[in-house]
Amino acid sequence: MNLLNDIYSVLWVDLRVLRRQWIRTLSTSLVNPLLYLVAFGFGLGQGISFDGYSYLEFVIPGIIALTSMTVSFSGAGQKLNVDRLFFKSFDECLMSPVSVYSIIIGKALIGVVRGLFTSIVFMLVGFALSPSLNIDIAFVAVLVLSCFVFSFFGVLVSFLAKSHQDMSTVSSLVLLPMTFLSGTFFSLSQIPEALKIVLYFLPLTHSSESLRAITLEQSFPWIYIFVLLAFGVFFFVMSMVALKRSSV
Amino acid sequence: MTDIIVTEDLTKNYGKISAVQNLNLNIHAGETFGFLGPNGAGKTTTIRMLTTLTKPTSGRAVVNGFDVVTQADKVKNEFGIAQQHMSLDRDLDVRENLELHARLHHIESSERKRRINELLDFVGLTDQADRMAMALSGGMQKRVMIIRALIHRPKILFLDEPTVGLDAQTRRRLWELIRRLNRDGTTIFLTTHYIEEAEALCNRVGILHQGRLIALDKPVELRQKLGLFAVETLTADLGTKYNYFPDKAAAKRYVQNLPQDLKTIILRESNLEDVFVELTGQKVSEG
Repeated sequence: MNLLNDIYSVLWVDLRVLRRQWIRTLSTSLVNPLLYLVAFGFGLGQGISFDGYSYLEFVIPGIIALTSMTVSFSGAGQKLNVDRLFFKSFDECLMSPVSVYSIIIGKALIGVVRGLFTSIVFMLVGFALSPSLNIDIAFVAVLVLSCFVFSFFGVLVSFLAKSHQDMSTVSSLVLLPMTFLSGTFFSLSQIPEALKIVLYFLPLTHSSESLRAITLEQSFPWIYIFVLLAFGVFFFVMSMVALKRSSV
Repeated sequence: MTDIIVTEDLTKNYGKISAVQNLNLNIHAGETFGFLGPNGAGKTTTIRMLTTLTKPTSGRAVVNGFDVVTQADKVKNEFGIAQQHMSLDRDLDVRENLELHARLHHIESSERKRRINELLDFVGLTDQADRMAMALSGGMQKRVMIIRALIHRPKILFLDEPTVGLDAQTRRRLWELIRRLNRDGTTIFLTTHYIEEAEALCNRVGILHQGRLIALDKPVELRQKLGLFAVETLTADLGTKYNYFPDKAAAKRYVQNLPQDLKTIILRESNLEDVFVELTGQKVSEG
């Protein structure tokens, strides 16, 4: 009970901030996925069919997956990073009798909220363009899971960061390659075996593969979901280690 | 008199650099204690250890009976702190900042609002409650940070450089607030590098120099050890020379016997700055 209360207290502050800035937040975070949709879905992919589906049907779940990644990662990590390193207002949490679990989960939850918010708005756009896509409760559940994974990753990176730039370094070196390679814009069946193995070590591959399997009503992607779950647990545990270490 | 904070050989090293060395302190319940020293002396590191943000390398510290390492969760209920930097959340308004603290310290929602209003009123900021933290003046931000630290009624209040960067009127007003809090029973632990602040507020002061405690006593006792009166003589070749005397008569006798060609002679009461300079060979305000 206390744990849930504390988690909400940690989340509460970021919800207040979001409430003030939600229009700006939504519009800026929608720019990327909409541009991808226009450039790849309509521009390049016009008339191409992919594994028996139109390219638009193929690419929409991929873009939803990458949106959940980028928005959750920065949604959880950005403010936390600045509050921790620069303004030091994160000390306020650390000096309060709230457990590390509550802090980490609460701080990750704002990333989940932001990630879901943008992904769902984009999903509605995608559904309007391509109504044949299957969007059900399983899809939303996997989307939530994906948001959790990348929110915990954002929290972890912001705890490990030693400067402002570290967040954007990770964005460029880790997130950006995933954005383009992890089964988002093209099928993994098209790429060389060796690279494919590497891609299966990246969480976004499992997000996009499982979301796509559900929207295209292929066999249920249990394995991808379990791997995603494992990534989530891993990032959570590492965040805990990092937070305990950081109090030097 | 009971001790509310006790440290035993408290030490913090960062790699080869020793920030705090074998610090032995005991803060009496109900006093205003001043921690004095130049920038980088280890004051903030000490406070960070006492407030559980930093783990000591060795030694221990006990805050109101709880060990800062093994009972960190309990320690967190015992103190409030206004840090040196502006540590309010800039994306929130004043009331939200206070409410966050109340929530994190498990204050019931019915009590929360009442307590926040009471404290806002206490420092005359009721009409600022809905302004963004960023929009306030430095003095107001400090006051908000202080009442934020008080929401959960801590027994100890840490104030790290409470008046740095504030104008004279605002500083006086903050001093008044600090005195009032102390009268109401809160133990105050403040750091400062303003000598006059320590003299104006503190029952006892500790002087920290390069991570070591080099003096700990009442301001007047420290001055007495040095001499309550000071004579400054300005010579053409040697610069300013300081001499200290136990009483005014002795100081006057010394002045009368000085050669006539000296340019300037000042006879005054000694102060904590003299104590500090004599002990460290360094002015307090020098980094």
